[in-house]
Amino acid sequence: MFDFLESGQYDVLGAFWVTVQLTLYSAAGSLIWGTVLAGMRVSPVPLMRGFGTAYVNVVRNTPLTVLILACSLGLSQTLGVNLGGDTFKETGFRLAVLGLTAYTGTFVCEALRSGINTVPVGQAEAARALGLSFFQVLTLIVLPQAFRAVIAPLTNVLIALTKNTTVAATIGVAEAALLMKEMIENEPQALFAVFAVFALGFLVLTLPTGLLLGWVAKRVAVKR
Amino acid sequence: MKISKAVAAAAAAVALALTATACGGSNDKAASDGGASGDAKKDKIVVGIKFDQPGLGLKTPDGKYTGFDVDVATYVAKELGYQPDQIEFKQAVSAERENLIANGDVKFIVATYSINDKRKEKVDFAGPYFLAHQDLLVRADDTSITKVEDLNKKKLCSVTGSTSAQNIKKTLAPEADLQEYPGYSDCLSGLENKAVDALTTDNSILAGYAAQEKNKGKFKLVGLSMSNENYGIGLKKGDKDLQTKINAALKKMVADGAWEAAVKKNLGPANYKNEPAPQITEGS
Repeated sequence: MFDFLESGQYDVLGAFWVTVQLTLYSAAGSLIWGTVLAGMRVSPVPLMRGFGTAYVNVVRNTPLTVLILACSLGLSQTLGVNLGGDTFKETGFRLAVLGLTAYTGTFVCEALRSGINTVPVGQAEAARALGLSFFQVLTLIVLPQAFRAVIAPLTNVLIALTKNTTVAATIGVAEAALLMKEMIENEPQALFAVFAVFALGFLVLTLPTGLLLGWVAKRVAVKR
Repeated sequence: MKISKAVAAAAAAVALALTATACGGSNDKAASDGGASGDAKKDKIVVGIKFDQPGLGLKTPDGKYTGFDVDVATYVAKELGYQPDQIEFKQAVSAERENLIANGDVKFIVATYSINDKRKEKVDFAGPYFLAHQDLLVRADDTSITKVEDLNKKKLCSVTGSTSAQNIKKTLAPEADLQEYPGYSDCLSGLENKAVDALTTDNSILAGYAAQEKNKGKFKLVGLSMSNENYGIGLKKGDKDLQTKINAALKKMVADGAWEAAVKKNLGPANYKNEPAPQITEGS
């Protein structure tokens, strides 16, 4: 039943490695971008608050496929923005990371904002009374505590991101979902076995992530 | 009180969904039964085609179906005893074709379905009714590609996971820069914007795009025969009776000139030089 795996024709591990790379780059990118967005949404400047709110509500309500296709068809093919890549393989990967970061950043932002709400107002007031600026209050007092509170929700975002990387197949990034399409095209007699292989692959990626970060979340949570 | 209301609402929704699916299921079953019992009660026949391939199988915005595959399907259905208004077309996406047939959702599939051994493990074929080759579509003024080797320095576009895309990557031109998109129309805009140099797949499909009214004069086929694709009509494994009937219908279609006329009508405007109708090889 699984003999198509032994033909050596399909590099399943290689494809999943691209999935892992996509996930890691986008996770790093969206953590940074999401933190910036969260900072904007709680900042005292109305313009920044407005931008943060508008961005989050527009981007998170846009289907990811549309975002990633827009990156490829719009940015790259029509406007010629290739993010420094020479081949479609490179540009596709970079555009996918861009799209995934833009999308996942909004979820990171909202998770963080909920974390910021767990920090008692008195802490920020005390910090401000000591003469710290807004930026200092945020980075020294509020965010460190907020992050520790939101590891569990961020884990969900990370797991969703891992699975969302399959959308990159839309613009031809050679990750797991694209290989699955090839295998379905070539091995229609083993359709369900092919599905099983890829379902298992994603379980292997996401289950340990959930378990590990669940444990971390318990360890670092601020006990109040 | 509030909770029980919510639960009741949810239960109602579930029940509604269940009855809805049950209805769909029984309708489908009736339709396929009608097809299976053949002469007894001829109400409807369900045929799988592509909905998104101009020139071959296309669902137009006003709900009509056009293309060469549609014409073949209509002719074959007529030979099986169904009038055009008794045919129900169902979309047969590439990855789902085998299951549609195996589950009895469709009677047969006419959808640029290349005959090969792996597919024959799941379904049987009648035909072939058409011989296509993998080819390239380029901008009308582009003369830089004359042979397969030229592709190694070119930017190509094809459909994600398709056989054509795999052929390029593995054997034909491994060094070519290949962009994969979900559909051929996504590639066309890139081709027009010069972001890609060529679009590759079966020449019949390419001819269909080139022949479209809005694309007239913009693109041309290069005419490289990079592979042989024998399109067959997919049907349930072991249904020898239907296979024989469809083969007979195809032979008749070629003999009375309807085949040639259908090719000319659907693919002709692209100056497509079609192969003569292939010999029937499937079945006895």
